[in-house]
Amino acid sequence: MNSKFFFYKKKITSFIMMSLTFVAALAAIIPLVLIFYYTISKGITYLNLDFFLAMPKPVGESGGGMANAIVGTLILIGLGGLIGVPVGIMTGTYLSEFGNNKFAYAVRFLTDVLSGIPSIVVGVVAYTMVVVPMKHFSALAGGIALGILMIPTITRTTEEMIKLVPHSLREAGLALGIPKWKTTLAIVLRTAWKGIATGVLLGLSRAAGETAPLLFTALGNRFWSTSIGQPIASLTVYIYDYARAPFEDWNQQAWTAALVLILLISVLSLLFRIITRSKYKTN
Amino acid sequence: MEIKLSVKNLDAYYGKNKVLKNISIDVPKNKVVAIIGPSGCGKSTFIRCLNRMHEVVGGTINGSILLDNEDLTKTDPVLLRKRVGMVFQKPNPFPSMSIFNNVAAGLRLNGVRNKKQITPIVEKCLKQAALWEEVKNNLNDSGANISGGQQQRLCIARTLAVSPEIILMDEPASALDPISTTKIEDLIFELKKDYTIVIVTHNMQQAARVSDYTAFFYVGELIEYSDTKKMFTSPDKQQTEDYIRGKFG
Repeated sequence: MNSKFFFYKKKITSFIMMSLTFVAALAAIIPLVLIFYYTISKGITYLNLDFFLAMPKPVGESGGGMANAIVGTLILIGLGGLIGVPVGIMTGTYLSEFGNNKFAYAVRFLTDVLSGIPSIVVGVVAYTMVVVPMKHFSALAGGIALGILMIPTITRTTEEMIKLVPHSLREAGLALGIPKWKTTLAIVLRTAWKGIATGVLLGLSRAAGETAPLLFTALGNRFWSTSIGQPIASLTVYIYDYARAPFEDWNQQAWTAALVLILLISVLSLLFRIITRSKYKTN
Repeated sequence: MEIKLSVKNLDAYYGKNKVLKNISIDVPKNKVVAIIGPSGCGKSTFIRCLNRMHEVVGGTINGSILLDNEDLTKTDPVLLRKRVGMVFQKPNPFPSMSIFNNVAAGLRLNGVRNKKQITPIVEKCLKQAALWEEVKNNLNDSGANISGGQQQRLCIARTLAVSPEIILMDEPASALDPISTTKIEDLIFELKKDYTIVIVTHNMQQAARVSDYTAFFYVGELIEYSDTKKMFTSPDKQQTEDYIRGKFG
């Protein structure tokens, strides 16, 4: 009798706990659903070809697009990637493959600290280091700020992904008379490649969504510019400016810019999936 | 009888911990030498000294190991490992590479780029490893998508591709089913025509089946080393006999 009581008690507890976790899981996806709902329903109005191809219209005129901001965001994350991706991947490789010393422990700790530093602080540093000596805002300064922000994400993901590569593969490489550096490159990094690409993607996406560090580095630009020495437009800064503007259609366009940013990151993520697809059949 | 590999007074350490004590063994050319002994007796450490993989995990050694009368403790480990190949306990094909590329890896990563040169070697090695018939139509499949036994033969083919003189095998069949084990054992029998083999095994029947000579290790010491037949019928030492009869270990 007693054991039956405990059996049911356990069953009920199990059911309650499972329901709680399910509710928590639901709660976790609600913000995402809301984000999609609002950006799509509010942003879709202005989402047309013009938005991608046309320049912003002056105040008072309706219509126009954000071609300069879309290209600007791509240039900024490209510049950031040029700094953040190689530094991040190489640092991660160093930490995982050669990182059994005090220097590496220090680097690992400092990378964690860096990832916790607010992005606006990184922006201030880029302002002091690049904008002040150049005497004007520039895409370069924005790119450097974004690059610095990418480093911790890419470094730690690379390190973790490389650590997942079984030690036996390193031994197999070395036992074939392959030098250590080649084993690391051609076997270890190649095996971890997919995971590293995910880290790179995460870093790029986060950088694409940064606003604060761009405000006083890349600044923004109402005109077409692809020069890295000049101020450059970006979607996030446009969202910031347009969302607080007192014009109804600008507010609408801010939603569209948000939607385009989400689309951009989705396309980027899709591209990465295609690139890193395994390709045994093609040899 | 030509001696291929001659180990003299070998001590091996992990840090200050001495795990091999004064080992001396001569390995004759084109023979199979089996190393047996209970877990932790230093079998694996011993063969990892022979291709200097012991130092990869931070180990050190004392003594000399002569390969064709040349002291391999004084040569470059990378060059040495092309002459002394190794097959590991758990099959470890490169999962990011196709079957073909797994076998070609040792060649390519050592600078052989010419595909015309690589293709026949890959085919030859897969045939030598008795795997060709099973994989010849899916050479571009992942090396990790075949069965465990096939993976191990793939690893053997990969080792053969860099044309070593000696093949070290660290319990190559311990993770495999009986049928795959038989295949590996048959393979060892074939391979000794061209190579000299040192195999570590937990399985005494396996040692008796495949080897010409057997060495019995116990807590870092070489207790007995002799002809396999003699070892399994009338060993000199009581300890060896006890181990072989299954009284301990």
